[in-house]
Formats: sequence, C-alpha cells, structure tokens
Amino acid sequence: MAAGTGSGSTVSAIFSPVRLWLLLPSWIVIGFFLLVPVLLMLTYSFLTKEFRGGVIWEFSLASYDQFLFDRGLFGDEAPVVKWTYINIFIRSILQAIGATIFCLLIGFPTAYFIATRPIQSRTIWLFLITVPYWVNLLIRTVSMKFLIRDSGPLNELLLYIGLIDAPLHVINTNFAVQLGLFYSYLPFMVLPIYASVERYNFTFSEVASDLYASKVTILWEVILPVVKPGIIAGSILVFVPSLGAFLAPDLLGGAKTFMIGSLIEDQFKGNAGNWPFGAAASMILLSLVLVVLMFYVRAQNKDQT
Amino acid sequence: MDRTFDIKHYRGFFSITCLCLVILYGPLIIVMIYSFNDSVSITNWGGISLRWYVEIFTGLESAKFKAAAWNSFSIAIMAAIVSTVIATAAAIGMIRGGNFKGKFASFALISLPIMVPEIVTAVATLIFFSTIGFKLGTLSILVAHTVFCIPFAYLPISARLQGIDASYEEAAQDLFANRWKTFRYVLMPIMWPGIVAGFLLAFIISLDDFIITNFIKGAGIETLPTAIFGSVKQGIKPNIMALSTLLLLFSIALVTLSYFIGKRGEANQNTQQ
Repeated sequence: MAAGTGSGSTVSAIFSPVRLWLLLPSWIVIGFFLLVPVLLMLTYSFLTKEFRGGVIWEFSLASYDQFLFDRGLFGDEAPVVKWTYINIFIRSILQAIGATIFCLLIGFPTAYFIATRPIQSRTIWLFLITVPYWVNLLIRTVSMKFLIRDSGPLNELLLYIGLIDAPLHVINTNFAVQLGLFYSYLPFMVLPIYASVERYNFTFSEVASDLYASKVTILWEVILPVVKPGIIAGSILVFVPSLGAFLAPDLLGGAKTFMIGSLIEDQFKGNAGNWPFGAAASMILLSLVLVVLMFYVRAQNKDQT
Repeated sequence: MDRTFDIKHYRGFFSITCLCLVILYGPLIIVMIYSFNDSVSITNWGGISLRWYVEIFTGLESAKFKAAAWNSFSIAIMAAIVSTVIATAAAIGMIRGGNFKGKFASFALISLPIMVPEIVTAVATLIFFSTIGFKLGTLSILVAHTVFCIPFAYLPISARLQGIDASYEEAAQDLFANRWKTFRYVLMPIMWPGIVAGFLLAFIISLDDFIITNFIKGAGIETLPTAIFGSVKQGIKPNIMALSTLLLLFSIALVTLSYFIGKRGEANQNTQQ
C-alpha cells in the first residue's frame, strides 16, 4: 500500500508543474465511476424497494429494519430481533477468520522457507506461488469442486489406497467453502510474510541462541514479533476478500453455507430482487472492510513509531 | 556459516512448502488431465483424446464460446490500454509531482478499486448505470473493467518509476527537450518494462473478472467467465474443462511473459546505474 507515496530523489521539476493534469484522468474516472456509485449505493439503501428490482425515490429505513428486526408477516407486530441476516454475517466473518487461520498455518512456514533460500532460487519459488493467483478464480474454484466432489478424483484416490471405505462428503459443507476460500487466497498470505521475513536480520536469532533460547522460543519470541507487520498484512489480504467472496460459497457450498456475497447477489441477480436491501447489505459489508483497513493502518503506524 | 544455516532452518517447513505447492497446483493439474479424457462421463477415464478441444471449436456451444471469447478479449485489450495510459499519467503525477496537498487522498482514490470488495463495486456500478440510464452491455463492462484495472496497472508502473533517477529527465531538459519529448524519448523507454507489466496485469484482471461482469453484463452478453459459470451451474462438463485448460494456460503464459519482461527490465536498470 505504501508504493507510490514516499519519494525523495525522484522528484523532477519537469513534471511537477503539470501533476494536476496527469492525475486528473484517474481522479475523474475512479471518482465518477466508483466513488459516486458507492455514494449512490448508500443513498439507495435508504430508499423504498420496488418489486422486480429498482427503487422508489422515497426515504425509508426499511432495509436496515429488515436486516435487524422481524415485524411479523404484515409488518405490524412489535419488532423482534431477527437472526437470519445477522447469522449470515456472523457466519461469513467466521468463515473468513477460518480461511485466514488456515492460510497462516500453511503460508507462514512456506514464506519463511522461501525467504531463507539462496537469492537465486527465491525468485523461482516466489514465481511458483504467484502464478496460481493469476489464474482465473472461477476456474480455480471449479477445479476445486471437481476435485472434492463425492465421485471426484480425491475420493477415488483415498478409496483406492484404502484410507476410507465410503466416499467423504465434503462438497456443499462449511468445510468445502473454507477450503475454497483458503485455496483462493493462499498466495496473498505468503507474499507479504515473505517480504518481512526477507528483511529479518538473522543475527537476532544467533544472539538468542547464544543465550540458550530453544528454536521454538526463537521463533515465537524473536522472529514472530519482528515479522508481525507481514503477518497482519497477509491476514488482511486474505480476510477482506474472503468476507465478500461469492464464488467459493456459491460453487462449493450449499444452501446452509450462504455468505454475505451470495445474499447480496440474490438481491440483484437472484429471486429476492430487493435493491435497497442489497445496497444496505453491501454498505454493511463495506463498513466492516473499512473498519478492518483502519485497524490495519493504525497498526502499521504504531509499528513505524 | 553452518551454524547460521542451522538456526534459520526449521524442520517441517520444507514439507509444508511442498504441500502448499501441491494444494495450489493439484486441482489445476487434475482438471488439465481430465480435459483430455475421451469419455462423456467426467468420472470414468476413457483414454486420451482431444475430442473436447475439438468440441469447443466445432460443437453445439461453439458459437456461444466464440462470441464470449471475442467479448472477453476485445474488452480486456481496450480496458488494459485505457487503464495503462491513465495509470502511467497518474504514476508520473504522483511520483514526479513532489509533495503536494492531498497526495495521500489521491493515492487512496487510485487504490480504491482494490480496497472496495468486488461484490460491492459490482452492486454500486449496477445501481449507478441503471440510475443514469446507461444501457448495460459491452460498453458498460468496458467502463467498469477500466476503473477496476487502474490500480493493478498503477502498482508495477509506479514501482518502476520510483527506481528511476530524475537525473535522466534533468539531462534531457538541459538539452532543451520539451516535456513531451522528455517523456517520449527519455522516461518512457526506461519505464517501458513497468508499463508492459502493468498492461499485462490489467489485461489478465479484466479477462478473469467474473463478479462485476456478471452484475452489469446485461441480457444476452457473455464473456468467457460468465459463460463458464453458466455452464458449470448445470454441472461440470468435459468441454468446460478443456475451455478452462486453454484459458488457464493462456494466463500462465502471460504471467510468465510479464515476469521475464520485468526481469529484463531489472537487468537493464542495473547496467544503467
């Protein structure tokens, strides 16, 4: 995220007088086609729904009300807290946390291993980790579905070896979604951790070892605190897209694994067709993400001072 | 020396790294293998054949796939060109512009498309287009992709520009080159690897995008990912695996190309300094 902010010797008197003209196209394009739409979406979340999609331009808190409360079939009973949507959000957060932990468990050792290779082979390892990220996420998720389905190659292999007697039922479970999210965003965890382990000065480890610290102690007490910024960055890069993921829950999960992404999609493309409610759910998702990002920026600033 | 290595080394980390690569590549390799399966069933192995690859180009769905491929590639090329031009200008403005008020805000705005969850971008864009009465179709997809690609093009370009000393431009100025000539004949050739890398990344991002495209494509228009998604909804078919394999190999080829261009650029930069 810091790329492009700090500059010292790279300032030139030639382009700084026209910087406004150079920056203007990006401001206009992103401002008009993304910032304005997001603000419009905020407005939509306070409008009245029109059936079959679209809105009536009348102020209403109905969407947020629908999100939180149940007022009976005709909307005239006393409001009771409704857990349907809150649970979808909680489940999404838990799924995203689970995916982050899985990625961390595999990603940290991988990043550490790569960072301690000789410089020439590091780039090759890193390249191998990055390539899958650039492969279409849809294709990757479909591949995962193909692999883990009931009569898929994974089950056949396990049956063949004799490790299991009956096919494991993984698809359409929470675990399948978890696996899909983990698989989708694993490279995001490895790269930032790699970057911080690479800068880690191994003299610290040597000093600790001279003071009779065990290797596990060195890892926990010396290395981890130093590479913490990389771990936090990686966790956020996995957590944020997992939270709003649509493909993994939709293709690998079933009705019971509904996540925020599917809920939002259903309001616009699916049967629900309630635009203001979809806009409200999107706003809540966006706010969650902004809170996480703000936490990240604060943590980063604290580390720097 | 031996002791340093010992301290760095943790038992089991190599195995986990191998596991990581198996997880990342396993599903892709298996789909590639099964795309050569000469059987209508996706479960049983019926020998090696190219029938599903022939099927994509001549089969019942070939017209749909060709139209989708045309849409995908034409949109990706245009979105990548426009976003690369915008990102190059923005990178020069940000990095050569010195310190100015609102620099952080400007950076935040440029990174906004990466920070906002994709599904939120999709919703916001759909609402925006339908409110202003913009017809959903290839043009709306192109606009949305261009916006989304700008930060992806911006990152490698600005990273490259940061590594270039401003003295080249100053030298050009001393030789009475105007601003455009300084850019065209001095800065751009040195920035070139970053620009190409940015263009390729933007191209892949646009080609791969499913969520935003799915929201704003409008009726009857498909790109490759939306066509694949539509098919997969009814079950994974062998021809989809063949199509996926082609797309997958294409992406890998582009990333490899971008990697080597980046490497050559680095080597050039090192010899220049």
